[in-house]
Amino acid sequence: MGLHKIQMPDVGEGITEAEVVGWNVKVGDVVREDDVLAEVMTDKATVEIPSPVDGTVQAITGEVGEMVAVGTVIISLEVEGEGNEAEISAEASAPAPAPEPAPAPAPEPEVAPAPAPAPAPKAAAVVQKPTVSGKVPAATSRRAEGEKPIASPAVRKRAMDAGVKLAYVQGSGPAGRITHDDLDAYMAGASAPVGGGIASRAPNMAVEEIRVIGLRRKIAERMQDAKSRIPHITYVEEVDVTDVESLREHLNANRKEGQNKLTILPFIMKAMVIAIRDYPKLSSHYDDGNDMLYQYGAAHIGMAAQTPGGLMVPVIKHAETHDIWGLAAESKRLADAARDGSITRDELTGSTITISSLGRMGGIVSTPVINSPEVAIVGVNKVMTQPVFKDGGFVPRKIMNLSSSFDHRIVDGWDAAEFIQRIRGLLENPATLFMEG
Amino acid sequence: METLTCNTLVLGAGPGGYVAAIRAGQLGLDTVIVEGEAHGGTCLNVGCIPSKALIHAADEFEKATHFANGNPLGITAAKPKLDLAKTIEWKDGIVDRLTGGVGGLLKKNKVRSVMGWGRMVDGKTCEVTTKDGTVTIKAQNVILATGSTAVEIPSLPFGDKVISSTEALALEKVPGKLVVIGGGYIGLELGIAYAKMGAKVTVVEAMERILPQYDKDLTKPVMASLKSLGIDVMLHTKAKGLTDDGKGLLVEANGDGEKTLEADKILVTVGRRAKTDGWGLDELDLSMNGPFIWINDKCQTSMTGVYAIGDVTGEPMLAHRAMAQGEMVAEIIAGKNRTFDKVSIPAVCFTDPEIVTTGLSPDEAKEQGFDTKVGTFPFAANGRAMTMEGETGFIRIVARKDNDLVLGIQGVGKGVSELSAAFSLALEMGATLDDVAGTIHAHPTQSEGFQEAALKALGHALHI
Repeated sequence: MGLHKIQMPDVGEGITEAEVVGWNVKVGDVVREDDVLAEVMTDKATVEIPSPVDGTVQAITGEVGEMVAVGTVIISLEVEGEGNEAEISAEASAPAPAPEPAPAPAPEPEVAPAPAPAPAPKAAAVVQKPTVSGKVPAATSRRAEGEKPIASPAVRKRAMDAGVKLAYVQGSGPAGRITHDDLDAYMAGASAPVGGGIASRAPNMAVEEIRVIGLRRKIAERMQDAKSRIPHITYVEEVDVTDVESLREHLNANRKEGQNKLTILPFIMKAMVIAIRDYPKLSSHYDDGNDMLYQYGAAHIGMAAQTPGGLMVPVIKHAETHDIWGLAAESKRLADAARDGSITRDELTGSTITISSLGRMGGIVSTPVINSPEVAIVGVNKVMTQPVFKDGGFVPRKIMNLSSSFDHRIVDGWDAAEFIQRIRGLLENPATLFMEG
Repeated sequence: METLTCNTLVLGAGPGGYVAAIRAGQLGLDTVIVEGEAHGGTCLNVGCIPSKALIHAADEFEKATHFANGNPLGITAAKPKLDLAKTIEWKDGIVDRLTGGVGGLLKKNKVRSVMGWGRMVDGKTCEVTTKDGTVTIKAQNVILATGSTAVEIPSLPFGDKVISSTEALALEKVPGKLVVIGGGYIGLELGIAYAKMGAKVTVVEAMERILPQYDKDLTKPVMASLKSLGIDVMLHTKAKGLTDDGKGLLVEANGDGEKTLEADKILVTVGRRAKTDGWGLDELDLSMNGPFIWINDKCQTSMTGVYAIGDVTGEPMLAHRAMAQGEMVAEIIAGKNRTFDKVSIPAVCFTDPEIVTTGLSPDEAKEQGFDTKVGTFPFAANGRAMTMEGETGFIRIVARKDNDLVLGIQGVGKGVSELSAAFSLALEMGATLDDVAGTIHAHPTQSEGFQEAALKALGHALHI
């Protein structure tokens, strides 16, 4: 029997650490080759770690949400034969490994060294699953409403600290005693409060602890960074999209097989591509640490997309090379990949400007947050049919707002307005989209 | 005039006050404690601790007397002598160590002590008369822990002959004839101690029985013990005053007319009253609960930021209740969510035999509407009790009939005070009869009686 140790893999260029976002195994599990052991997450992509061998999980390092340096042993498997300890330790002695989170020092350093590297210190870091039990306490021991709750002093203190009135908590112990588990279940919302009649009116004092990890933490960090460092200027303009909408309907009605149904977004992207040609500063990266603006010839348009895990921004590379149909096809491919999780890291990086749309839920105004280090983001609000005073009378027109934010350090208000007015002009006169493109 | 400001002011350094101050200090609250006499209050200086010291000395003396008079253990010894002044000196040494210890604990937790008589000027200000002048203390929070004092009988003012428990704990010699007025636990504890030290003791009780807060089953063994110690108990008897010559006590016994009891000392133990005077309570205009300061279950008074704990808030006047309240109030001031939610405040009576009560007695449980099961196990059937000549008494457990939840545990017998730990823990943990019956209790100990009482209530006691 030997130990096969699995290290945090090098998941991409320049990545020195990755976040553990999920464990599929626990200590003691028997795994087969290719079973997925864990999921780790880098800057944007989630990577599965498959087992290279058959074995039994001996130790796990890194709690969910923890950043682990590339090269750190995260799983030890007990395997038939020799294992790979020798190789690993040879590697570990190579110069400049990524700094490892130090395992807790052994309590008694004077103990004679164990013959094999002991996995014991890892025990401290073994992942503990939250132990919220969903089971509802046995009905036989229900306490009548108004009866004094029975609980040990420790349970009472915990309840008071959490602001929970034990009078509402169902007890599963002998004589209806409220156990720690009962309190956990109540706080997790898994047990009905005492006294059905008052349940709906009982104050819900539950506070659920949700660790901000994985994609959510990434989003939080990026948003915090963008909002705290970039002085945003947000500019809202109304665009009459009646004509572009009738064009879109016409194109959809006559689309060929293999062509995706068009939304308004490809038209707006197309307008952005043309406007960027006139205002190239808007497609750039601002490295504020080095006072350097990288102005791109290309228009790599990031497309904010909602996925089950949260916000992702797939990138349409070189939007300037696509026609309307191409933009539509690429948008759909990327959005589908983002939603089903098959999107690659490469497809999630490199945008130079971003477009954000919530479709029919787009609201009338939004204040989009710039996708740093870009300098502009175009927010698309919903299309509404509105009465517009035109040629001596009111006529129904399709109106859409664009709410766009700019990095005011780079983009002056005047330039921002000109950029948006250019987009507006193109969208209100859709023929120009194709004449100029 | 010196002015101090602090977060929390504690008025009174008895067991409630000093615990509140220590806990407040632990929680990082800037705390000042004011004490007019000595750290430790009644409990350490003139109550629990010195009386237990005296009781121990009396027990030892009685043992020696027992040895001199022939005994089944086959021990012979010369007739013992007692130098009470020396006993008192020893007792004072213990008190000094403990009060000094309290001072040290306060200091360790960064609590400032101001020694002197404190008087509240308003809900945030206290003026303390110290030997170096007046100190004004301004505090955001005030904890009133002023305690209680012995009740005096108007016709029998305290003096040389008529004494309170305080003086009874500092006598130079054992009085030849001691009359104890009041058959409560303080009077009986001291009366028994002095009887063991050789005094001829008479207990005068106005009610129909001694220890009225306990049920008759619990007091019966004590009553028997008083008899064997030669203590006269006069029930239905009222103390009227001293005789004209000042040598005896006039009593009126159950309509039989007046009688004179000769007495060298008359110990008045007719109760304790909340200390609500002399420290400026009038300035605060707090809501009262009869003679006590009204508090809610967080020990908050009717004035915001003013808390009261311990004897000044009423019965039961017990040091451990005050301590628990003090600890809780400090945590509340520190921002924690706490309420006084104790299932039981145990009470111990250090008579011979001792009485322990926790939770509800059978009668109290019935009054509260519970259908009960009661299991009683006598020490006469307990091996350990026999080996220490302590066969009187029993342990009794009261539980709900429907779910066996333990509601109360009581015991009477030699040394049962130490069993109170097991009783209280069972109640606080919400134990059922099976929890107690299913716990292995070490053999041979008196605690086996606890397990057996639970088994008895379940209907299958093993040793009876």
